Amino acid sequence: MAAAAPALLRPYLAVFAGRFLQMLQYRAAAIAGFATQCWWGATKIMIYAAFYATAPQAAGALSLPQVITYTWLAQALLVLAPWNGDPDVALAVRTGAVSFDRVRPVDAYAWRYAAAAAWITARAVPRAALMFALAGVALPLLGLGAWSWQAPADLSAAALFVPSLALAVALSSAFVMLINVCVVATLTDRGINTLMMPLAIIFTGNLLPLQLFPDWARTALFLQPFAGVFDIPFRIYFGQLAGASAALGLALQLGWTAVLAAAGWLWLQRVMRRLQVQGG
Amino acid sequence: MPQILVEELSKTYRVAERDPGLGGAVRGLFARRWRTIEALKGVSFSLEQGELLGFIGPNGAGKSTTIKILSGILEPTAGRCEVDGLTPWTSRVRHVARIGVVFGQRTQLWWDLPVIEGFDLLRDIYRVPQADYVRTRDELTALLRIEGLLRQPVRQLSLGQRMRCEIAAAMLHSPPLLFLDEPTIGLDAPSKLAVREFVQRLNRERGVTVILTTHDMHDIEALAQRVIVIGKGAILADGPFTDLREGVLAERRLMADFTGEAPALELPGVRTIARQGRALELAFDPKAIAAADLIARIAADHPLADVRVEEPPIEEVIARFYDLHGAGEG
Repeated sequence: MAAAAPALLRPYLAVFAGRFLQMLQYRAAAIAGFATQCWWGATKIMIYAAFYATAPQAAGALSLPQVITYTWLAQALLVLAPWNGDPDVALAVRTGAVSFDRVRPVDAYAWRYAAAAAWITARAVPRAALMFALAGVALPLLGLGAWSWQAPADLSAAALFVPSLALAVALSSAFVMLINVCVVATLTDRGINTLMMPLAIIFTGNLLPLQLFPDWARTALFLQPFAGVFDIPFRIYFGQLAGASAALGLALQLGWTAVLAAAGWLWLQRVMRRLQVQGG
Repeated sequence: MPQILVEELSKTYRVAERDPGLGGAVRGLFARRWRTIEALKGVSFSLEQGELLGFIGPNGAGKSTTIKILSGILEPTAGRCEVDGLTPWTSRVRHVARIGVVFGQRTQLWWDLPVIEGFDLLRDIYRVPQADYVRTRDELTALLRIEGLLRQPVRQLSLGQRMRCEIAAAMLHSPPLLFLDEPTIGLDAPSKLAVREFVQRLNRERGVTVILTTHDMHDIEALAQRVIVIGKGAILADGPFTDLREGVLAERRLMADFTGEAPALELPGVRTIARQGRALELAFDPKAIAAADLIARIAADHPLADVRVEEPPIEEVIARFYDLHGAGEG
């Protein structure tokens, strides 16, 4: 399989596959993560239900079934929120194994980007599958359809959601790479992870759908880069972005991915040039 | 034309410094003080294809910095360096495709994956054709006796097992040049011997050029035809190890056991190192007095039970050399 891939891409596909398989090994982490995300999801849904019951005017932006589906989607795909760097990078910086990034005949950014994309995807797939089984299948079967994860608005929304989700992974990987480069530059992952946590939770729309923010903030929130991780793909899922506006959403995701990746690539070049490897 | 050419290589970097205590910590928040460290000060040498070069020197002398520049990890502050016509830090990707690197204190295999999957990954990174890969991998695993380890995750290997796997990993793409940075550090005796034997075969049978740094002088004695001693960022000596020994500590040791109590001897050019019971250890300069003459003169007056002539231990030679050049760590 790998042999058939274009020679240029071979190392990057290999590291994606390797990291993907490696991450799938951590079953306990997946189950623990799933349990936490169920708990948080259920809590948030109850809060929304109470809120919508007392403030029906909120339903203008998202109906209660939509906000419930939004919550399940966001919990299922939580690991897409770029709030920490790849722990492998922090470990490589601590142990000095990051020097090996310089002796591999590959582009160090592309290499780590492929690993980051695999790190995100491999954690997202089992969690999303479990979440869908629970919220999309089990809840309706138990007669709790009102609280369930509902299907996309229509076929074209479903068809557009797939590339948008792929772009969300690409964008999230580019964010994670910026964090990774920062870890290499500052030699620790503590500072940047602490800084990114609130930004990623709020501006992706994970804490609260961006459409529920005040009107005056919405355009800016839609255009900022974090929106491409959850807000844009979910609006496409609900059919709120369709046709030309869906194309704009996808373009925003793609554009931000390119901008962040270019910034990360340039920054990594600089950091690597003044890299100092102590001891040994 | 030499395979490796290094001219006037130097590397300086800055480290932040502060005074101890709270006052120093607070001042450090506002005004950083920097100290410039000269890791390398004008290092020059050249190396032919197929040589096996040992780099020795105290901690912090610049051995690893040199290796890291030659392997493309670090960029020097000044100087020229060509490996097979390529400058490592400007043609990094092309350069590193043709070298193998082992760092004794770090690992390039994936900690959580079985060894064989780490090897497969390296095959794809170096874009090695499958048939070549299988042949090289099987040869390496047989030579290093790691067939039984391939399916174990790296984290479950002992240090000796892991190091043999690391060396195999570095050679999977059959590079003509191998860098070994302290490959035997922390290893037990059988593992050290296995590593040395393998490196020797690579060098002799396949003509792989090897550059090795180590603190284990037995590595040097067993492997290196040529030794560069580096201290405080500069080359102190460059040549065969025997020359180094002659220049620093030409003396020989005579260990003599007597049938009775060992006598106190006063002979020109001879120094007593230890005298205890029936045993006597002498140091002598073979140019001033030949070993045979010395033994004959002792035997003439005192009945000898046994006698051995040895060279001083290699560690002592090197320690003496560092002292002479003021190269000790400081």
